Amino acid sequence: MKTILKLATVRIRITLRNKTFLFFSLVMPMAIFFLYTGVLARGKPEAVRYWMGPILSFTVMGTFWGLSMQLVTWREQGILRRFRLAPIAPSSMIISSILANYLLIMPTVILELLLARFIYNVTSFGNLISVFVLVILGITAFGAMGLVVASVTNTMQETQIINQLLWFALIFLSGATIPLAALPHMVQRIGLFLPATYFVYGLQRAMLADAHWYTLGTVVVSLLAWAALAAFISSQLFRWEPEVKLPRNAKLWAVATILPFVLLGIWSNQNGKVLSTSANMASSYLGEGRPTENTPPADKR
Amino acid sequence: MTNPVLQVENLVKRYGEVEAVRGVSFSVEEGEVFGLLGPNGAGKTSTIEVLEGLRVADGGRATVCGLDPQRNPNELKNEIGAVLQATSLPDKLRVSEAIRLFAGFYKRTRNPNELLRRFGLAEKRHSFYNQLSGGQKQRLALAMALVNDPRVLFLDEPTAGLDPQVRREIYTIIEELKREKKTIVLTTHYIEEAEKLCDRVAIIDHGKLIASGTPRELKQRSGDTTRVEVRLAKPTAKESLCKLDGVADALEVDGAYVLHCQRTAPAIVALVKYLEAQGNELVSLEIATPSLEDVFIELTGRRLRD
Repeated sequence: MKTILKLATVRIRITLRNKTFLFFSLVMPMAIFFLYTGVLARGKPEAVRYWMGPILSFTVMGTFWGLSMQLVTWREQGILRRFRLAPIAPSSMIISSILANYLLIMPTVILELLLARFIYNVTSFGNLISVFVLVILGITAFGAMGLVVASVTNTMQETQIINQLLWFALIFLSGATIPLAALPHMVQRIGLFLPATYFVYGLQRAMLADAHWYTLGTVVVSLLAWAALAAFISSQLFRWEPEVKLPRNAKLWAVATILPFVLLGIWSNQNGKVLSTSANMASSYLGEGRPTENTPPADKR
Repeated sequence: MTNPVLQVENLVKRYGEVEAVRGVSFSVEEGEVFGLLGPNGAGKTSTIEVLEGLRVADGGRATVCGLDPQRNPNELKNEIGAVLQATSLPDKLRVSEAIRLFAGFYKRTRNPNELLRRFGLAEKRHSFYNQLSGGQKQRLALAMALVNDPRVLFLDEPTAGLDPQVRREIYTIIEELKREKKTIVLTTHYIEEAEKLCDRVAIIDHGKLIASGTPRELKQRSGDTTRVEVRLAKPTAKESLCKLDGVADALEVDGAYVLHCQRTAPAIVALVKYLEAQGNELVSLEIATPSLEDVFIELTGRRLRD
């Protein structure tokens, strides 16, 4: 535990001294915040409240980017080799990096909420406890995903390519950029296979329908399962040395992390609740979107 | 041979088809400075990294402080310190943060500030790692290797790529550690380093240990001879050079001729006469007392730094 805390503290220090970090964790989220609130929501408090879910998801999902890059750089430059000489377990390296990310991302999340409150007069963020529970789960899950990416790629270039692909899928198919209900029906159905969709959905349920986190069963369980699976797999695939080749079945292991979401996607597609509730939220806060036939009441999941 | 702190028996390490270490055996006593001398790619780093627990051996046995590097990795890591090749620290980590961080990982530690002072890094305490010069980085690596007060210190090419002045600085530090009776295993391809620092040296080539002993013992293998190295305008038969007065043997290395002479003056006179008779000319001539380089040349027919 002492080792994990020491590592996390040092990681936070190093990250704060890094200018790219400041850009990605402060400048970018702020740009997205003002783009969404100013352009998409046109400054209307109700619409801003609707878009806060996607804005926070952007900030939180960005974790995977930084974590995967840091791990790959450390491995490529032989920094991990130096750590390996000391009695440190791979799990300490992994846990400390995610722990550091809670503290690095939380200020931006809080800043975004404060800006919405004081610039756009958003008076309620629904159930804030739920919001923070989901943010913490999200940082863990998306952070662990970044570590899995770093484990299955060998060079910075490879990592960047995979990150780009994942990033676009996460932001465009999940309702984080365009409301789920406004996407073509086919894309909506694909979106139901992505963890990001449940994350955005969960945040919006918490903020717009005051949902308690424990009533967001599907979202919480799926993120939790994913976080646990990704963390486990990243600790199994952890490599200290750049020249160590991946075991042949490693990529299969990585693919296993999407398993919960394949099942969840099939289930959600069958039952249709997430899509219809999303559509309802969009229509009542933005006055657009296409509610489907069997719309359940908005205050129930 | 009373108290070996490190024992290696028949060690084998393969990378795919390539056999980098092919059955190496040696042991190191407590308080001894032991050198693995050999050209690049001889298998020195592979050997040492198996001992540090960074690589898994494909055959043979190794124990360090009575511990198996693979079976007791954490106990082993508490007992050893190392300066690795191809390693680094995060750019934006300060010197004092780095050494304190690592001190926090071990059961037994030395005072980080005192180590920084001793290695001349006290003023650089607040500098970022990427602001340090090559020599400063290496001194920091040495200081960090000592932070857990290790029983055995591994130094893998500790002066490779450093300029001569910095290299001498590192020698001074190692000599100091030697006086403190630290057990040190170092790899090097610098003859000077092995002769100057090591109590015993093992010469490694193509993954095999080809000779070992104290530098003096090894040099005596070439007899009590002086080394005369000559370059000639035209090639000549080395057999005829062997027959010259005062010459014990002659070798051809990289287009030069290395003569081991029992009596130097008569040998040179005979050589000059011989060349005159052959219509050959002397391009250069160098006289030196034998070094470990000669031992290496004798054993492998090549120079150390090919």
